[in-house]
Amino acid sequence: MARKIVIEPVTRVEGHGKVTIRLDDRNNVASSRLHIVEFRGFERFVQGRPYWEAPVLVQRLCGICPVSHHLAAAKAMDQVIGVEADGLSPTAEKMRRLMHYGQMFQSHALHFFHLAAPDLLFGADADPAVRNVIGIALTNKELATRAVLLRKFGQEVILATAGKKIHGTGAVPGGINKNLSIEERDALLQGAGAPAIETMIDWAEEAVEFLKDYHAKNRALMDGFAAFPSNHLGLVGRDGALDFYHGAMRAVDAGGKRILDDVDYRDYLKYIAEEVRTWSYMKFPYLKSLGKAEGWYRVGPLARLNVCDFIPTPRAQKQFEAFRAYTGGKPNNMSLHMHWARLIELLHSGEVIRELLLDPDLQKTELVRKGRKRGEGVGLVEAPRGTLFHHYRVDENDQISMANLIVSTTNNNEPMNRAVHWGAMNVLSGKRDITEGMLNRVEIAIRAYDPCLSCATHALGRMPLAVELYDTGGNLIDRKAR
Amino acid sequence: MSKPKARISFTVDGKKCSAAPGQTILQAAKDNGIYIPALCRWEGFKPAGACRVCTVRVGGRYMAACTQPVTDGMAVENDVPDLQDMRKALIEMLFVEGNHMCPTCEKSGNCELQALAYRFLMLVPRFPFQFPARRVEPAGKKILLEHNRCIKCLRCVRGVRTRDNKAVFGTLRRSRDKKISVDQVLASALTDKQARQAMDRCPVGSILKKEVGFAVPIGRRKYDKEPIGSDVEKARG
Ligand code: SF4
Ligand SMILES: [Fe+2]
Repeated sequence: MARKIVIEPVTRVEGHGKVTIRLDDRNNVASSRLHIVEFRGFERFVQGRPYWEAPVLVQRLCGICPVSHHLAAAKAMDQVIGVEADGLSPTAEKMRRLMHYGQMFQSHALHFFHLAAPDLLFGADADPAVRNVIGIALTNKELATRAVLLRKFGQEVILATAGKKIHGTGAVPGGINKNLSIEERDALLQGAGAPAIETMIDWAEEAVEFLKDYHAKNRALMDGFAAFPSNHLGLVGRDGALDFYHGAMRAVDAGGKRILDDVDYRDYLKYIAEEVRTWSYMKFPYLKSLGKAEGWYRVGPLARLNVCDFIPTPRAQKQFEAFRAYTGGKPNNMSLHMHWARLIELLHSGEVIRELLLDPDLQKTELVRKGRKRGEGVGLVEAPRGTLFHHYRVDENDQISMANLIVSTTNNNEPMNRAVHWGAMNVLSGKRDITEGMLNRVEIAIRAYDPCLSCATHALGRMPLAVELYDTGGNLIDRKAR
Repeated sequence: MSKPKARISFTVDGKKCSAAPGQTILQAAKDNGIYIPALCRWEGFKPAGACRVCTVRVGGRYMAACTQPVTDGMAVENDVPDLQDMRKALIEMLFVEGNHMCPTCEKSGNCELQALAYRFLMLVPRFPFQFPARRVEPAGKKILLEHNRCIKCLRCVRGVRTRDNKAVFGTLRRSRDKKISVDQVLASALTDKQARQAMDRCPVGSILKKEVGFAVPIGRRKYDKEPIGSDVEKARG
């Protein structure tokens, strides 16, 4: 009997989405789709608002990565008031960077320890009642404590730069509204609300080592699970360094050939287009030069480590060299290696935070610069989950007249669909009975991309997402919701 | 020439106070270190009695403390539960009648309406939200008028003037349809300093001087550290 499986909600993913898998009469997968209900409400909502409100307003898109939206909008509004990205005062740029790397640190710590580690530690078939962060707290207290404190550290950095741990202010068009006081600096360097920065860096490095050890023991899973070739897109610094805050767009193909290099992101519309497919509300971005069928790409930690030439901090660079060596210097196309890349980025973020904390520019007082106003701005940052595009037009009364956002999860739409398809083909296909563990494997494929569905759906707040089995006649024959 | 009159005595919630004749209840209470909340009042402007948040009770009668002169022997009720609840209800009404999104408003932390809501421990208004359809209107070159947040306190109508003393803001229509209007030409003639003053005088985030939003970090805004009215109460010692 032909069947259709719907997974809804996808657990441990922020937001709301649905997976449907159609099985034919012999239980083979006929097709699979990840549906995310994209709600373009925010682009409408910001119309008419004063442009300087955008960085504070749009961060409400997300409770997990608000800083990314805050900074992408601020970068766009810098241009609106005529300040180039490299035209900010050193204090402003470095404060923003500190905020951004603080958020990267907290988001990556959250994802790895809370969302990914349960699958790795307990296995995909473990009882879901145990296979969660509480399970980790009960069986591996040390790891759980670290998870909490690593995340807390990132939040303390955000607090010191944005005024609040979540949804603060901080970045304003042309700069920043505060510098870092000596007290704030010392609290982060020496540890107050969370352990000292050195400890954080050590723990981040140990997390990378933990993952490498896991990889050595579970090579087939890590290397094979949802591995498929793709293009990769990300920002890189002018020198080719890994850079989360600013740079030029670079894209490589699965073999490492450059498709885009040194592209000014203000011209993104020349290079990137979004395809609409009838069955999904979320668009499918692609590289124009390769077309709709071939132009899709991955973004996020894996893509970033695939496009950059090096990591500009020593301990992360050392880990990066091992990561690169594993694929012989070629792009890494293994979905579960996203976790490896993410932890290297966690380590790098810690090192950058320390570097910035020791920089006396953060105590200087030139916070905001101004230029000649123009009506348009594009801001890009590398958010925890990948490249984030914000584009605005502002009218002569300083009110926003147009907004276009392409969030990281939307950029990863096709890769996530491929990952779901891989899971369906390799886990479910041909099986008569669908177990919870099998469904969880499909979710693990999605979770590697750390999709932020609340971002992708541009909705206010978070929404839930379930698994249902349908036959070819469209009749519900089984449902698994967790 | 009449010689200066002696000071008069009155009480607020039983506390003995003194005042200069002609002072309003609100002014006199303030001079005695007693805070009576008010939104439409601005020192130096003619009182309007528009918001009624300053309502007190004297001899069983309700009156606006910002307009009512204090008299000798007057016994004013101020900080009593039923009056405070009525004031809280008024504040809640102001919230539901407009569209107040504190989390994204640049006046957050400096907003008197928000500060009063905190002081009165307002959580969820008891009245249904009206969600009126209002918009943002340019007011000359330097100001945006955010009608969603206007509470019609009329401070701008009374106190925002050009150098030759012409009123920049007025009102249109009446009652619940009342709306602040702006003379575009006069508004464009405001200096930066005047525009800044206009923004500071608006108790909420309705008058926005362009390009200054979010300049003060969280933690250093007017009401981040102490509730509204603390300055008055501290003076009492
Ligand atoms: S614009 Fe501000 S000052 Fe003028 S009436 Fe409205 S709330 Fe009062
Ligand atoms: Fe997000």
